[in-house]
This record gives sequence, C-alpha cells and structure tokens, in this order.
Amino acid sequence: MRGPVPDTAVTTSPAGALRGLSDLRRVAIVPALNEAGALPAVIDELRAFDPGLDVVVVDDGSVDRTAAVARSMGARVLRLPFNLGIGGAVQTGFRFAFENDYDLAVRVDGDGQHDPSQLGLLIAPVLAGEADIVVGSRFAADADGYRSSRTRRIGIRLLARVVSGIVGQRVTDTTSGFQALNKHGIALFARDYPHDYPEVEATVMVFRHRLRLIEVPVSMRERGSGRSSITSLRSVYYMVKVLLAIFVGLFRRNVVPQEDAR
Amino acid sequence: MTPLAVSIAGAIASFTLVLVVLELIRSHRLRERYALLWLATGLTLTGLSAWREGLNTIAGWVGVRGYPPAVLFAVGILFILAVLLHYSTVISRLSDQNVMLAQRLALLEERLGDDATA
Repeated sequence: MRGPVPDTAVTTSPAGALRGLSDLRRVAIVPALNEAGALPAVIDELRAFDPGLDVVVVDDGSVDRTAAVARSMGARVLRLPFNLGIGGAVQTGFRFAFENDYDLAVRVDGDGQHDPSQLGLLIAPVLAGEADIVVGSRFAADADGYRSSRTRRIGIRLLARVVSGIVGQRVTDTTSGFQALNKHGIALFARDYPHDYPEVEATVMVFRHRLRLIEVPVSMRERGSGRSSITSLRSVYYMVKVLLAIFVGLFRRNVVPQEDAR
Repeated sequence: MTPLAVSIAGAIASFTLVLVVLELIRSHRLRERYALLWLATGLTLTGLSAWREGLNTIAGWVGVRGYPPAVLFAVGILFILAVLLHYSTVISRLSDQNVMLAQRLALLEERLGDDATA
C-alpha cells in the first residue's frame, strides 16, 4: 500500500460486517485516466474490502495501458473512444450500473486517493436506508492531512458555502468523488450528470430531486500516480462555470422526485 | 460624448443578449462551457454602453476622436472574433472525435460479424 493510511480501527470495517450487503448486487465504478500504475493496487484493495464487488473501470481515453491492466486483473472495462472528462466518464459507469440493475454503486477514483478500506463508512448509511447518496468528505470532521494547492482549497471552501446555502444542509466537501449510491442515486446520475467538474452541480441536483445526501468523514491519500484533472490555473475557469451552472439551475422548473425510469 | 439614445439602445441590446444566453442555458440548449464567452461579451458591452464617461475615456486612450461609440463596435467585433475562433477549435475537436467514433464503430461491427451490418 502506498501513502498514509489511517490507522484508526473505525475506518477499516470489513464488508462482511455490513449486514445485508451480500444480498445486494454491487458495483465499484472506477474512473481512470492514464492510471496503469495506480490501478492494480486500487483493484486489489477493492477486492480485499469486498470480494463480491464487481469492479468496472471506465477508461477515459487513456494513452497508457490502463484498459489492458484493468482487464488482466479481471475488471470489466468501459473504454471511451476519447477523453470525455471526469463527468462523462463517471456517468458511463452509472449508466452501466443502471442498465445492469445494480442495487448499490460505489465510486472510487482510479488514482488511489480514495482508500477502499473506508468504503464501509460510505455503504453503512445506504444499507441502513438513511441516505440515497453518501459522500466521503475530507472536511466533515478534522481535515486529516489533506493537502492541495491554495487556490483549490479556497475554491472548495467557497463552493461548499454556496452549495450549503442553496440546499439548506451543511455540505463540507462538494468536490469529493468518493461516494456510495443506492438505486435512486444510480438512476438519477445515469439519466443526468454534469460535465467537467461534476460533483458540485451534482450535489445541488441531488437535493432538487429530493434525494437524501449525507456526508461521512473520510481521509484521502496523496495521489498515487497521474495528476489531478484540475490544475490551479483552470480552477478559476471552473469556479465561474460551476457558479453559473448552479445559479442558472436554480431557475429550472419541473425538478421532480426521480422515480425508477424503467 | 456618446449620444444618450445610443447609450440606452446599446445597453438594452447588450443586456438582452445576456438574458437570452441565460435562458438558453436554463432550457438546456446551451452548455455553460460555451456560454461563458457570450456572457462576457454581453456584460462587457452592457457595461461600456451604460458607463458613458468610461467609454469616453477609453475612446481617448485608443485615439478615437469625435465618436466614442465606435469603441463599442470595436469591442463587439473583438468579442465576436474570439467567439468564432473558439468555435473553430470546438469544431476541429468534434470532427476529430467523429472520425474516432466512426473508426471504433467499424472495428466493432467487424468484431460482431456480418449480422451487425445487415
């Protein structure tokens, strides 16, 4: 294992301890762009957490051996013909989960920054029926050694404020891609998912569809390999774009509770 | 100084552009990514139309004597050029992706056998 791994006993709950999990069809959606280096460890850790978890790697137009590596480890691979960006890539995974009738989906990034051994924390509230979508937040409790560029941290905070104000519930980490979803969450995201920098808009969307979203504190690791899709320079552009999207989204009507679309 | 009627007409026209763009985003007919330049265009022109002294000052800087609203035209044309250039890059990317899609489809059909092409 690479990077700092949290050593508290609470964060490493084996999937077997989660009552009712084995009855569900469950899938891990792993978006990956040029992550041939980090992917094997991620897949191994997913299997170590829960051997019954189907792993689907969404290869977002990688130019390295990402798809081949994933296939050689027995994962399903959805290879996009060209780079769609993280939103389009992740939604491909949600569509796969929806069409194959999965009960539970978790999203774990292919770069290794999400620690699969903490998935129990995300899955438990979904199993208990307390939430449709559970997001792992770096800031919900004490920010555990999370480091990133200053611009990005400020951006993340500002977005969290704006989103919290709009949805009327405290949201601390609107940019986290470490998530667990039930069927309602899968159906919503399969149908409609934002582009580019999706988590912020998606959070607002979830509340407008009256799905229940909660955060649980997690710690994230340094990236294993590869680079963030969001550099400091582009952060400003994304901030403007996302704020515009949220603002305009407020004026959309006919946002109705999402029923199963089939 | 810019005639008042020109300022008012310019501000109304530019602000209408802003509203139209916002409505297009709202009704999912325009993606935020492609709307940003249009919004910048509309807001800048609205600002320059309404802020009459500013337009005068800028006209002085760039050596436009006699008819300050010419600056509005110049700025408008610059923005339109930027939008067009942006769209040229977008079209280039789309046509590349279209080629890739067609190739991938041909490879897939081949893998599926003759049935798929019937």
